[in-house]
Amino acid sequence: MEDVTMRIWRGDETGGAFCDYTLPSQEGEVVLDVIHRLQATLASDLACRWNCKAGKCGSCSAEINGKPRLMCMTRMDQLPDGPVTVAPMRTFPIVRDLVTDVSFNYEMARRVPVFAPAPPGPDGYRMQQIDIERGQEFRKCIECFMCQDVCHVIRDHEENKQVFAGPRFFIRYAELEMHPLDTNDRRELVRQRMGLGMCNITKCCTEVCPEHIKITDNAIIPLKERAIDASYDPVAWLGRKILRRPKRSPEEAVGSSGR
Amino acid sequence: MDIETHNYDVVVIGAGGAGLRAAIEAQGRGLRTALVCKSLLGKAHTVMAEGGIAAAMRNVYAEDSWQVHFRDTMRGGKMLNHWRMAQLHAQEAPDRVYELEAWGALFDRTADGRILQRDFGGHRYARLAHVGDRTGLEMIRTLQQKAVASDVDVFMECKILRLLNDAEGRVAGAVGYWRASGEPVLFTAKAIVLATGGAGKSWKFTSNSWECTGDGHAMALWAGAKLIDMECVQFHPTGMVWPLSVRGLLVTEGVRGDGGILRNSNGSRFMFDYVADMFRAETADSEEEADRWYADHTAGRRPPDLLPRDEVARAINTEVKSGRGSPHDGVFLDIASRRSPEYIRRRLPSMYHQFMELAGVDITKEPMEVGPTCHYFMGGVRVDPDTEAADVPGLFAVGEVSGGMHGANRLGGNSLSDLVVFGRRAGISASELAEGRTGIPTVDLSEARAVIDEANTPFARSGGENPYTVHNDLQDLMQSLVGIIRTGAELDEALDQLEVLKERASNVSVEGTPRYNPGWNLATDLPAMLTVSRCVTLAARERKESRGGHTREDFPTADPELGKVNFVLSQPAGGGFEGEIKVAPEPIPEMPADLRALLEENI
Repeated sequence: MEDVTMRIWRGDETGGAFCDYTLPSQEGEVVLDVIHRLQATLASDLACRWNCKAGKCGSCSAEINGKPRLMCMTRMDQLPDGPVTVAPMRTFPIVRDLVTDVSFNYEMARRVPVFAPAPPGPDGYRMQQIDIERGQEFRKCIECFMCQDVCHVIRDHEENKQVFAGPRFFIRYAELEMHPLDTNDRRELVRQRMGLGMCNITKCCTEVCPEHIKITDNAIIPLKERAIDASYDPVAWLGRKILRRPKRSPEEAVGSSGR
Repeated sequence: MDIETHNYDVVVIGAGGAGLRAAIEAQGRGLRTALVCKSLLGKAHTVMAEGGIAAAMRNVYAEDSWQVHFRDTMRGGKMLNHWRMAQLHAQEAPDRVYELEAWGALFDRTADGRILQRDFGGHRYARLAHVGDRTGLEMIRTLQQKAVASDVDVFMECKILRLLNDAEGRVAGAVGYWRASGEPVLFTAKAIVLATGGAGKSWKFTSNSWECTGDGHAMALWAGAKLIDMECVQFHPTGMVWPLSVRGLLVTEGVRGDGGILRNSNGSRFMFDYVADMFRAETADSEEEADRWYADHTAGRRPPDLLPRDEVARAINTEVKSGRGSPHDGVFLDIASRRSPEYIRRRLPSMYHQFMELAGVDITKEPMEVGPTCHYFMGGVRVDPDTEAADVPGLFAVGEVSGGMHGANRLGGNSLSDLVVFGRRAGISASELAEGRTGIPTVDLSEARAVIDEANTPFARSGGENPYTVHNDLQDLMQSLVGIIRTGAELDEALDQLEVLKERASNVSVEGTPRYNPGWNLATDLPAMLTVSRCVTLAARERKESRGGHTREDFPTADPELGKVNFVLSQPAGGGFEGEIKVAPEPIPEMPADLRALLEENI
């Protein structure tokens, strides 16, 4: 069979460069297979993450020929001829080679106020399939963080990471917002503290989602509408005036989390 | 050498479903709890579980009950299970599913809004709560979010090498290294819960990820705990067989539960020829009867395609060996001719994508090719059924790393329920043990340093073998000599070859530095893989019969006398990779008469 050339970024937080490796191609392989063969032969210390090798765990995200892809689901025979470049996700700090420090995402996960269900009825919870399908779509998320990687709000703007949760967590907030049992109101929080307004719906996240979740259309836009409703609803405004009830603050939502 | 040290009340090693559930419980009881895992949080092998979580909730068939679930589990395990674990599991699984729902899980629903349940192999009634074919993802994400909300301290990408005993012989610490930096780290704890999963990565064709290297099995043995039923390895009947690079990747049993059938190259539904006597009374004997059953379980008996996994895997193996296999040495799994494309895409979305993207096969139009793949360890650390305590004080084991629950063969869907039922119980008993202990646990620091030094020797050695080569040869060896069908002569040969591999593993060298170095990480996984491989082979040699996941060509039938014993593996505390492993039969605990009666009744 023919040879294939892999152009792989090697280095650490102090810098690095693309290195070329050439090896024979094999039928039916995905990019991750070739990386594994490289580790077993030419570069045993080549760092990359992977677990399931079936597109289910979201560990092996990388930028393949410049686009965020899962290495385990990218077939070599579907890439154009010529060297295949593999680079780490750019939005996150480098640990080594293809491995990045994705702790930003775990920090944002900690900030999500908890799921707070209403108490169950006498024969448990009842939910109709149609009412949970939107939430189920968002729960397909495998946390590959490629939507975060491609999002221009944080891709080249480290400073925005303090105030912007990113598409992965907008679908999490949307999922909770649309969960039939949840009672926690996170709309002010997501508007004021999580940077929902900074998203200008360019749909880059939707395009890279390996689970084909319609992040922008089904999560972010409805979430924007609901957050705005919560903030500017004239009936609610009148209610607050008459009853002297203040708007629910972001702190109240935060305060209802576990900590 | 100073070692970064963390002290906790409870340390849980492994962050799949079992580890997460144990940590949530311990933290919720006010214990200072650490969760240590080899990968990032949320990536553990639980995420790969597809079909569902088995629990007799009676949402689809009111006839179901914990008693029937118990009976199915024991029969599926060929009666080698610890009866008490099977009982607790069947009784408590429904509560654990409702608990997941209350923590935010969105299971598929029945028409009246309750949790929907699907059919699976070996389960008499439709019993598996599920979310399409991604139930494991739903479960791990739910538990992960609950653990984060509970403020459990999580130590990610941290490999534990050894457990450390204190002066009284109790397990009191765990030493390892950070994968990102290669720097050593030590945890001391009043109680340690092992939830490290299985060891399928020692076989060539496996559904398991790189993490499944048997760390917990080996560390428990080295620390003085005992392992049982290690010969019982489940080969899942339906793994992908082509392309070669994805050979072994799991194809959910849900395909068959939802109407898919197995055919050989003659187009024949061969499973009708492989119905063992034990299952004959409840299995359909014609295609017409089997097909009636899908719509209404009272209108016919179960199709033989849904026999327990060991039965189906052996049948496929025989068909392929007899020359009736598919082009890539599997058999055909056909749902395309039996269900509409819309139904298939809705019920089995990730199977659809997996075959479309990796094999170029549209499962709504053509059959899949499938064959057995190394999938699950029934055997593991022997534990007290109620507390999950191992034979060495201070240590608990839960999930795939523990033994006893599944006997000689696990039913599909019983692993996810195992994780949460016994994860919770381990969390409770580890908490109670920790609450009863005062002072800070102490371990011998020089012992910890010795473990670290030993782990780092591949850097100091030059000209040694590549760890990938050793791993590859181990996988070839276990696949060919300790695979789905075994013989005494081959097991003897495997033991000899494992001795050679032990020597080779002790002489590997790696390049680069300890910072995020997969070659070195693999070198440090090899000792556990070799210890576990020796345990499997030793126990397989002793069990001179065929039972469940363990099939001996030279002893093709079950021996009623051997059905009364577990083979128990042990080492003195402080043993290790180089040490001798003892194997001895011990009688399985006797089942109370009322439970025994359940097995004989026609329920």
